[in-house]
Amino acid sequence: MSYQGKKNIPKITSDRLLIKGGRIVNDDQSFHADIYMEDGLIKQIGDNLIVPGGVKTIDANGKMVIPGGIDIHTHFQMPYRGTTTVDDFAQGSKAALAGGTTMIVDHVIPEPGSSLIEAYDQWRQWADEKACCDYSLHVDVTHWDDSVKQELDNLMKEKGVNSFQVYMAYKDYYQMSNSELYEVFTFLAERGGIAQIHAENGEIIAKEQARMLQTGITGPEGHVLSRPEELEAEAVFRAVTIASQTNCPLYVTRVMSKSAADIISQARKKGNVVFGEPITASLGTDGTHYWSKNWAKAASFVTSPPLSPDPTTPDYLNTLLASGDLSVTGSAHCTFSVAQKAIGKDDFTQIPEGVNGVEERMALIWDKAVTTGKMDENVFVAVTSTNAAKILNLYPRKGRIAVGSDADLVIWDTDSVRTITAKTHNSAAEYNVFEGMELRGAPLVVICQGKIVLEDGNLHVTSGVGRFIPCSPFPDFAYKRIKARKQLAVLRAVPRGMYDGPVSEFSMSRGGTPSASARTSPTKQPVRNLHQSGFSLAGPPTPEDLPVKQPGRRIVVPPGGRSNITSLS
Amino acid sequence: MSESSYQGNNCIPHQTGENLLIKGGRVVNDDQSFYADVYIEDGLIKQVGENLAVPGGVRVIEAKGRMIIPGGIDVNTCLMKPYLSTQPVDDFFQGTKAALAGGTTMIIDHVTPQPGESLLEAFERWQEAADKKACCDYSLHVDIPQWNENVKDELELLVQDKGINSFQLYMAYKDVYQMTDTQLYEAFSFLKQLGAVVMVHAENGDLIVQEQRKILGMGITGPEGHPLSRPEELEAEAVFRAITLGNRVNCPVYITKVMSKSAADTITQARRKGSVVFGEPITASLATDGSHYWSKNWAKAAAYVTSPPLSPDPTTPDHLHTLLACGDLQVVGSAHCAYSTSQKAIGKDDFTLIPEGTNGVEERMGFVWDKAVAMGKMDENQFVAVTSTNAAKIFNLYPRKGRIAAGSDADIVIWDPDSVKTITAKLQQSAAEYNIFEGLECRGGPALVLSHGRIVYEGSKLQVQPGTGRFLPRKPFPDFAYQRVNCRNQVKSKQGVTRGIYDGPVYDVAPTPKYITPSPSAKTSPTSHQPPPIRNLHQSNFSLSGAQIDDNIPRRSGHRIVAPPGGRSNITSLG
Repeated sequence: MSYQGKKNIPKITSDRLLIKGGRIVNDDQSFHADIYMEDGLIKQIGDNLIVPGGVKTIDANGKMVIPGGIDIHTHFQMPYRGTTTVDDFAQGSKAALAGGTTMIVDHVIPEPGSSLIEAYDQWRQWADEKACCDYSLHVDVTHWDDSVKQELDNLMKEKGVNSFQVYMAYKDYYQMSNSELYEVFTFLAERGGIAQIHAENGEIIAKEQARMLQTGITGPEGHVLSRPEELEAEAVFRAVTIASQTNCPLYVTRVMSKSAADIISQARKKGNVVFGEPITASLGTDGTHYWSKNWAKAASFVTSPPLSPDPTTPDYLNTLLASGDLSVTGSAHCTFSVAQKAIGKDDFTQIPEGVNGVEERMALIWDKAVTTGKMDENVFVAVTSTNAAKILNLYPRKGRIAVGSDADLVIWDTDSVRTITAKTHNSAAEYNVFEGMELRGAPLVVICQGKIVLEDGNLHVTSGVGRFIPCSPFPDFAYKRIKARKQLAVLRAVPRGMYDGPVSEFSMSRGGTPSASARTSPTKQPVRNLHQSGFSLAGPPTPEDLPVKQPGRRIVVPPGGRSNITSLS
Repeated sequence: MSESSYQGNNCIPHQTGENLLIKGGRVVNDDQSFYADVYIEDGLIKQVGENLAVPGGVRVIEAKGRMIIPGGIDVNTCLMKPYLSTQPVDDFFQGTKAALAGGTTMIIDHVTPQPGESLLEAFERWQEAADKKACCDYSLHVDIPQWNENVKDELELLVQDKGINSFQLYMAYKDVYQMTDTQLYEAFSFLKQLGAVVMVHAENGDLIVQEQRKILGMGITGPEGHPLSRPEELEAEAVFRAITLGNRVNCPVYITKVMSKSAADTITQARRKGSVVFGEPITASLATDGSHYWSKNWAKAAAYVTSPPLSPDPTTPDHLHTLLACGDLQVVGSAHCAYSTSQKAIGKDDFTLIPEGTNGVEERMGFVWDKAVAMGKMDENQFVAVTSTNAAKIFNLYPRKGRIAAGSDADIVIWDPDSVKTITAKLQQSAAEYNIFEGLECRGGPALVLSHGRIVYEGSKLQVQPGTGRFLPRKPFPDFAYQRVNCRNQVKSKQGVTRGIYDGPVYDVAPTPKYITPSPSAKTSPTSHQPPPIRNLHQSNFSLSGAQIDDNIPRRSGHRIVAPPGGRSNITSLG
């Protein structure tokens, strides 16, 4: 497999493994076959494989063998106001593996104004030190100027990042204006990046938060009251519009509400290239807990966009996931301890945002979508792994069980039943937003980089073995259509004869106010005056003022009079 | 309808003294149709019924079984909208003349002050001009070009003393009229308190600017650049956003100029979800489409330039009529704003400079009849609703206008559903050289028009006088828009959860976020996402001697209770 060829990362694994008697489930089909792995790669698939002697053999007993999950959205070890989330890359990726996820994609969040590359290097360092499974990175674009453009170019060409998140919320911090979004999207579309969007209307949120605090609501319920789902839907709608104008593939991170998901469905029906990512929390629980009398519990659900208080939301999102209207699932795993959450104990706007979910993601989807008959096992593989790999341009290295692919796979036990609780989870957080939930379906064996990391309920992980997997631009999954449209969507002017009729006198001053804001675009105000008068009082006109064509004659029609110069047709 | 008091305070003398009896017609209101005679005295409808006892010597008009409908109300005209120091060719005289010829007996014009200009002064200028020239009753909307403190005082004055209850805000025209979401939120909140109807010009101005730049850069300078740079998505997006804002503020929203299917669909969906939102398609969007922007004749193509643009999708008019018929769209305006070809030619080398506006005040009623009623989409009662009654209700003129009932103004049209005429610029009342409906056949038209009891149009002949139109003041809080809103206000009050005080450990943070970017724009409202000065509840009593690196941070909190990483804090129990 040539896509594997140029890798200069030394192979850490030399294990040889054979899985016998399993049913391989890819996103397109399921079939019975044995799998032979060597050096972290899948070498052979089929019946009666010829393998070297002394190979460790796992008997799958007819159970499903699926590609390891890809959690496309995590925030491990994320800095927040001088502290970091309690799950670092070691703790977080351990939790991931325990849940059957063998690759994570973390978000690099540079502080506004600081270098993207530096932040990226920082994240790489943290992850290389600690990660127990392979990882990739998204980079969030938190401000926009020319130096950012150069850094983006560099990140895409040299650093293996192909997806960038921009924010429509967090006013005066991360938030970008529509014009900036347009520029970012245009830029990314040219270079084959995926535009990820945090979709919420930050301006209205700021207003609503102020109003909420004014009315004396300071607890976590204020969070959801000030960020109603409409604001999410509105921003999604706007983002879809901008992406469609710029012909850029759009990826909506954290789809939390029915109305936001509906907007994505509608846009897809209209042909927009847009992907929606619901997260474990929105697929598994709802926002009624914000009203919990236990402050710490209520605060543990705080994330943005918030969980919808509508209890039918998870079911609905699972349905759209099954039908393909939503494409991938992440966890947005971002855990803070209760003490950290308590930064906002007197003001909900100060509560650090984030929920757990990296460990529960696969099982929760299995339980809510597959066991309920909404989704088949192939779509399960698609939404938990394959689609993510396609969007990141890692397919078929990741997200598929095929010869040449990485040996990241999971033997899935469809019958096991577990109760989620913070007491036994692998995250360091005190709370689990899925506390008490019974989930059917769990990984029985997890193989990561060709090594068994979970077997018989025991987790054997090694910190620091996780490799950075570079993603290249122009993933086919998103860009094939975009490229075709680019060729079609060439706009053409209408060839007309010159308009030679009369032109009214006009002056360009518009009410005489100075331009309203500094971030003006140079559109209307300094207009090239194409109607420079040919009549001058004295002296020749300065050369640069000379219009291209000299439309000197003033022919003003009498008011109400008919001009027959250009005939009616 | 008793001797109604809403007419009482009107100190404008009625110039009309003629008493009239319309016999043998079928009165069509928005709720029902019935055969009755209508007796008119002093510009008011005095009696409606059969076998009326009327004084002798009254002039009798035989309706011969034809429909008697309330005169149309055109809710959107721009007869004085300045553009780069020029004015539309149809002023209040020319414009209202055209309105009457089409069966419209009242217009509501947009006062469009320039940014920085006083709203009040602009309003007075408009009123003065209209009082001199208008041939039919009129009222005014005031557009708010900018949002600041001065505007608030003027708005209060306009609502309370001047009888204005509707104001338009712009989401387009970047750096001229456009407001940010924050400003819109504030404007919506303020106007809601005043009980005004918030009208929105819905297009995403930021994106339009980018698209215009792109398209000019490609060398497209003709009128086709106008729709190319303003695709209907941008309209739909802005409509969606305006409705979201309206829902948050709990304020009725009125979308002016619904030009595309997707914008109309957005309104429809919002109404399904219970939003209080009204949509106004205009004559142009109901009767023609945007394919003409590609005409080889520049002057013709330019005549269609209006914003939002006509949709190039030829199925648009049909779709909008369907929504109008089922009540998802409520009122029909014309957005009549006629510029001559030489005025349009200001933009002959740059489509962004073409003055925007199309005709339609005269053709409005006829096209709704032709395309909706004659096609069987709409019945005659709904026709009255969308051309007159709904407008009167939304803008608080009902039942003085928009209904044939005793006590209402005698603005009446005898409608002839069978008349057929071909629209052409040669025969129109407007002073513009082009008519965007040129050559279209239109069934249905007024046979006779009464404007406060005076016959102004009969048998294709107009008898009008400038200055006979009165300004109609309108009160705030129209029931049609505000009843639900007021009720929701009471129901929707939000309450916090009463909890014990959280007494667990609190992670210590610097009072201000470490990296704070300078506020990116001056137009920031003071309420920001992160209110930086936090009340520090853990003020330290512990201090290090000497100057510290963090001395500049005003209040440093002291006791750090940090939960050990990964450790469980059991102070607040799970559950």
